[in-house]
Amino acid sequence: MKKARLILVGNGMAGVRTLEELLKLAPDLYDITVYGAEPHGNYNRILLSPVLAGEMKLPEIMLNDLDWYRQHGITLHSGRKIVRIDRVRRKVVADDGSEEAYDRLLLATGSTPVMLPIPGHDLPGVLAYRDIADTEAMIAASARGGRAVVIGAGLLGLEAANGLKARGMEVTVVHLAPWIMERQLDRTAADMLQASLEARGLGFLLEKQTVELVKGTKKSGGRVAAVRFADGSEIPAELVVMAIGIRPDTKLAEAAGLHCNRGIVVNDTMQTYDPRIYAVGECVAHRGVAYGLVAPLFEQGKVAANHLAEFGIARYAGSAVSTKLKVTGIDVFSAGDFTGGADDDEIVLADRRGGVYKKLVLRDNKIVGAVLYGDTADSGWYFQLMKEKKCVGPIRDRLMLGQSHSGGAGHEGKNRAAELADDFEVCGCNGIRKIAIVKAIKEKGLFTLEEVRKHTKASSSCGSCTGLVEQILASVVGGAYQPVVAEKKPMCGCTEYTHEEVRKAILDNRLLSIPEAMRFLEWRTPTGCPSCRQALNYYLLCAWPKEYKDDAQSRFINERAHANIQKDGSFSVVPRIYGGVTSPAELRRIAEVAEKYAVPTVKFTGGQRIDLLGVKKEDLPAIWADLGMPSGYAYSKGLRTVKTCVGSEWCRFGVQDSTGMGIDLERDLERLWTPHKTKLGVSGCPRNCAEATIKDVGVIGVESGWEIYVGGNGGIKTEVAQFLCKVKTREEVLEVTGAFIQLYREEARYLDRTVHWLGRVGLDSVKRRVVDDAEGRRALYARMKEALSVEKDPWAERAAGHDAAEFRPVKFYTKGSVSGGSSDERLAENLSA
Amino acid sequence: MSDWLKICPLEDIPRLGAKVVKGAGKADIAVFRNAEDEVFAVDDRCPHKGGQLSQGIVFDRRVACPLHGMTIHLDSGKAQAPDEGCTHKYRVRVDKGVVFLNLG
Repeated sequence: MKKARLILVGNGMAGVRTLEELLKLAPDLYDITVYGAEPHGNYNRILLSPVLAGEMKLPEIMLNDLDWYRQHGITLHSGRKIVRIDRVRRKVVADDGSEEAYDRLLLATGSTPVMLPIPGHDLPGVLAYRDIADTEAMIAASARGGRAVVIGAGLLGLEAANGLKARGMEVTVVHLAPWIMERQLDRTAADMLQASLEARGLGFLLEKQTVELVKGTKKSGGRVAAVRFADGSEIPAELVVMAIGIRPDTKLAEAAGLHCNRGIVVNDTMQTYDPRIYAVGECVAHRGVAYGLVAPLFEQGKVAANHLAEFGIARYAGSAVSTKLKVTGIDVFSAGDFTGGADDDEIVLADRRGGVYKKLVLRDNKIVGAVLYGDTADSGWYFQLMKEKKCVGPIRDRLMLGQSHSGGAGHEGKNRAAELADDFEVCGCNGIRKIAIVKAIKEKGLFTLEEVRKHTKASSSCGSCTGLVEQILASVVGGAYQPVVAEKKPMCGCTEYTHEEVRKAILDNRLLSIPEAMRFLEWRTPTGCPSCRQALNYYLLCAWPKEYKDDAQSRFINERAHANIQKDGSFSVVPRIYGGVTSPAELRRIAEVAEKYAVPTVKFTGGQRIDLLGVKKEDLPAIWADLGMPSGYAYSKGLRTVKTCVGSEWCRFGVQDSTGMGIDLERDLERLWTPHKTKLGVSGCPRNCAEATIKDVGVIGVESGWEIYVGGNGGIKTEVAQFLCKVKTREEVLEVTGAFIQLYREEARYLDRTVHWLGRVGLDSVKRRVVDDAEGRRALYARMKEALSVEKDPWAERAAGHDAAEFRPVKFYTKGSVSGGSSDERLAENLSA
Repeated sequence: MSDWLKICPLEDIPRLGAKVVKGAGKADIAVFRNAEDEVFAVDDRCPHKGGQLSQGIVFDRRVACPLHGMTIHLDSGKAQAPDEGCTHKYRVRVDKGVVFLNLG
């Protein structure tokens, strides 16, 4: 069958990004042809400023080289401009007269620089700042030295001025408004920025209206020679750069009769008024807004790709934007409504001499705007809080001090990425240094955390360096970096839906198997991926403990084999020893098993249990049979151990029976699957020898009863558990603990530890449901017990022959003869016959 | 023809699962079965750090290594880009519900 034809007009960042997203979703749907007026592949326009300043070279900013187009079977006509769209015959006409028919057309014609319509604007030596050609012209002009005037002190104007200065020109920036970057900065920040640019040798003329560019004498070749202002004054200039703004390039669309209004008007699916024609990028007006920054354009591209791929589910709802100036050594950030209204609050930190200024604008305790100068390390955090409309009331007093003082839990890196040495090891798990990440970002044209993870492995393991990697990304790609808003993040690449949406669908629609859930939720992949399959298996099990049949093939090997896989492919065996209390008989049995199976290593675990390491998978069922002890679940995303201290039975300080309580808790909760591993600790007095305050649930005995703490963690980032409540009796401890864990089971995302979940929902909401609401607590506890009612000891089952095939390989003793279990014997018979 | 070794009935390998074959070749060989009952065979050794691919989660025509999650394409034995690496691939077929492996 013939493929549909897709034509992209405009070979820039927005258009090509859309193609990349489309190829991910539907690689074979279209024959794709790309027309680009510029004679290059797609490059990173944002990095033209570092090129101009001599900090980067052109090849470094190419995003898609010609090979990329070839590899994906895309026909690229670079240097060929489309001059007409024939919507009736569905074809485009290029400037060389050639024609090409389309089934779908994607317009990404970008924008054109605004040139002041004043006398002399077309003189030689007058340039805009928009593309590679402009940049090269500026570099060539600067080689002759002399004086340059940049008209417009916006983002682009300042970057151009800085670049020309770096190339040795004498530069004056002319601006109409009373302060520079007035659309992004308030006066204080602008003044500080101007002072530091002046210190670098840039000159500024503010509140100056340019009326004419004066032509030089014949001797100078008729080039521009001076800039004249409304007040009659004049300054000499051999080069003039106009950087007063951009305008969506809608000429082609308008000529084709498409509705335009300060941009090609599109709906939330990025479709124009002609249903066959989509548009993305700077040429577009969406809900009356034309975006000139790259992050929103990428969001648009994703939506357009989704519809071009005929998925038809994505919507673009507009973007919050932020600005960063790409002038080396000067950090400026701005986002949102930074002026604020009469009812808004401003939090300001100003240290003029120190060169730091920060202003946050708050409305109803939410950040609505920010300006940062000098120290922008926390810009990503503020921007995220702003986009997520998070209530910052509780951290208002520390907000200005930055994320590291916010007391927020979690995984965010706190270092200043840009200041880190090149060989700094960012990702300890995978041994990835900063320079490797920077190199990958530049060479492969990466923009998202996911891409960096895929290409470098950094932040792809434990995730504790995620914040740092995001900062490095932001420092390298500047405004193009778009932090993922976690609240809206899909479960994985296989679906559009978030964890919460998937769980809700499973409950509301009584979905009882993974294939059923995938069908109902229109999964993009036939059998999911390891990440979503494990999550779905857990969500289904949690929602329907009695009806759902656990899918072993969607479990990680540890949970499938009920033992921990080791680096050499052997397994480790940790039997259940309730509360860490054992007996001579039990120890003897363990010792005998260890000898019988020549277990190479016997070790105590961090959770007070005994670990037999180096066991062959085939031997597992026999070892379990010989041990005659239940599984310790040391391999599970589930209840692990309850660590205890000696307690009042023996300890001269103990005030409560912590070992007894630990044993009771472990018996009450064993075999429970949870979103991630769950560890408990019980101490018999506030000296807390069981280290209960770094456990998911920690119980500490006091004279009058028990204190219960939740959300502790001794892992990657130590988290001290928070006080949940105090109770008197053993029964209350069991009920509160069980109810808390059940709430965690029902609400947390798969692979959330309790601390991450609590960080999102807040301790107060948990207290209300687990402590204050007695009826709700009993219901939670009952649901936990219901989930456990169907769980049997997996070791006992397997010791009795259940799931034998999992543990039995096919073995050839001599070539051609097969031996093994029952079915293999059948085959052996066949062979001999 | 004599190069084809009988391995096991197809139903001995779970859908989206694998079986280890020991002693047939020099090293262990992992035989996979996917959701469409296609079978694949590769050396049971991840090119990354030698993890046993047979113990990984199977999806589509791929398997994720249990040690560090590197994904291997079962039809080529190659690691999924941008990772690099390759594990040896064997011919394998199903005849009347029985899996055969060719070491040639």
